[in-house]
Amino acid sequence: MATLEIRALSVGYGPVRALRDVSVDVPAGAITAVLGGNGAGKTTLLRAVSRTLGFHRGTGTGTIRFDGQALEGLGPAQVVAAGVVQVPEGRQVFARMTVADNLRAGALGARGGRKAVAAALTRVHELFPVLAQRAHQRAGLLSGGEQQMLAMGRALMAGPRLLLLDEPSLGLAPLMAQKIAETVQEINAAGTSVMLVEQNASIALRLATTAYVLDVGEVALEGPAGELAASDEVRRRYLGVVDETAAEDADRAGRAPRTLSRWSA
Amino acid sequence: MTTFIELLLGGLSIGSVYALIALGFVVIFKATEVVNFAHASLLLAGGYVTAVLHDDIGFWPALGVGIAGAAVVGAGVEFFVMRRYRGSDHSVLAIVTIGVDIILVTELTRRMGTDVMALGDPWGDDVVTIGGVTLAETRIAAFLVAGLLITVFLLAFRFTSWGVSMRAAAENPQTAALMGIKLGRVSLSAWAVAGALAAVAALFLTVFPTPGLERATSLAALKAFPAAILGGLDSTTGALAGGLIVGVTESLATGYQSDLSFLGRGIGDLAPYLVMVIVLLVRPAGLFGTKELARV
Repeated sequence: MATLEIRALSVGYGPVRALRDVSVDVPAGAITAVLGGNGAGKTTLLRAVSRTLGFHRGTGTGTIRFDGQALEGLGPAQVVAAGVVQVPEGRQVFARMTVADNLRAGALGARGGRKAVAAALTRVHELFPVLAQRAHQRAGLLSGGEQQMLAMGRALMAGPRLLLLDEPSLGLAPLMAQKIAETVQEINAAGTSVMLVEQNASIALRLATTAYVLDVGEVALEGPAGELAASDEVRRRYLGVVDETAAEDADRAGRAPRTLSRWSA
Repeated sequence: MTTFIELLLGGLSIGSVYALIALGFVVIFKATEVVNFAHASLLLAGGYVTAVLHDDIGFWPALGVGIAGAAVVGAGVEFFVMRRYRGSDHSVLAIVTIGVDIILVTELTRRMGTDVMALGDPWGDDVVTIGGVTLAETRIAAFLVAGLLITVFLLAFRFTSWGVSMRAAAENPQTAALMGIKLGRVSLSAWAVAGALAAVAALFLTVFPTPGLERATSLAALKAFPAAILGGLDSTTGALAGGLIVGVTESLATGYQSDLSFLGRGIGDLAPYLVMVIVLLVRPAGLFGTKELARV
């Protein structure tokens, strides 16, 4: 049984196609990773689920169902009420508000009453003790890692059944990225399904049970995370592993005129 | 010296009324990034409702209906007009509000004609004299009421869920939406609150020593624009400071007009704009306008 079912989703921003016929399943209780480079359509996929495409003048076709409930046609607030909450890329904490007010803002879309919110706050403080210590500081003054914790804590305040994470390790030191990864596991172990969008494939594949690879708006590969991690293509393209074939490629590249192929394109 | 204190207190009082108007202006700007040029017409609408009703139902109920009426007009403008333009460029939205303003003011002045309408306030032209300083009761009431409303508003803005959702939506609408905050509701409430505050301001702009509600009242309300702008368009504190600065400047410039005769007559009306220009030259974002606070 899949919690989130995305079927034949196509999204465009005006004349630009961002996603073409994408189908993704996010099973209940698991971590599902979506990998891909810049411009692959990862963030667009999340926007389609959280119904925030409208902010970017995007339009889509296809179906998105969460526990059998159709999400297309809902507003962002109704998606949150249905139990799907997104942590946006680049954290996007409310920098001018205190940490405590950021967490309060996260609880505004929650369905439960005062008690549920208080319980959620206790849990968030357990997961991220630093947020309790800095409750009255402005969020803009937190470090990058702390802001990522705040963004995740804020999303957890709504008591989500499915958490959408957009590049949680972006711009973080390896140690902090590792810590965030552990927290994602902890959140998942407590019963929240996770859809993890990442460029950092090694972290994502280690956490996830299943993974999808997006390439220029289409699903290029999908399967159990272990298998993908072992596949040559993923290793070469996303894990930066230099095996024999990769070395050969590099060799060939070395004989070509010395231009930065990435830039000269 | 007595004159100076009288002028200063009078200026603070009228300044607190400007602050009420500017506060509504800033709230709309913060919540929706709309520069609301229709603000003076909301004020006129609230004052008009109060003026029409006070004979029949008494002053206080009429004031209540006037406040509610202005809130409804504000919410209506948001719901039926501004909402259709959501996502449009900010300059488009500002121009839409100019259109709304023209329609509202035209209709209201048509109804008012050339009348000067009394609002039926209980203070009349009574004055209070303390130690040689004479103040109109209306001025004291204005200062107290405006101060109270502003305090209540700022506390609500800071501590209630409504305040949190307003501030979150003001800072980053898309992320606020991701948190389940309903942006439509936020902007609707901003317009309603702004309307209600404007209606209270309408009362104090038209009581003694001003003759009453007339066409020109919307011009008086316009002085809240320099107040909001010099304070910093996105700052509630700025609206307060700006309102008081404009009020005091205007009061002093008018009071000492005879000593400033080399500047010509009517310097009192001009002074708020002069102050605004000078402040903006030194601080382009206004006194309390936000400079980005972020660790990169």
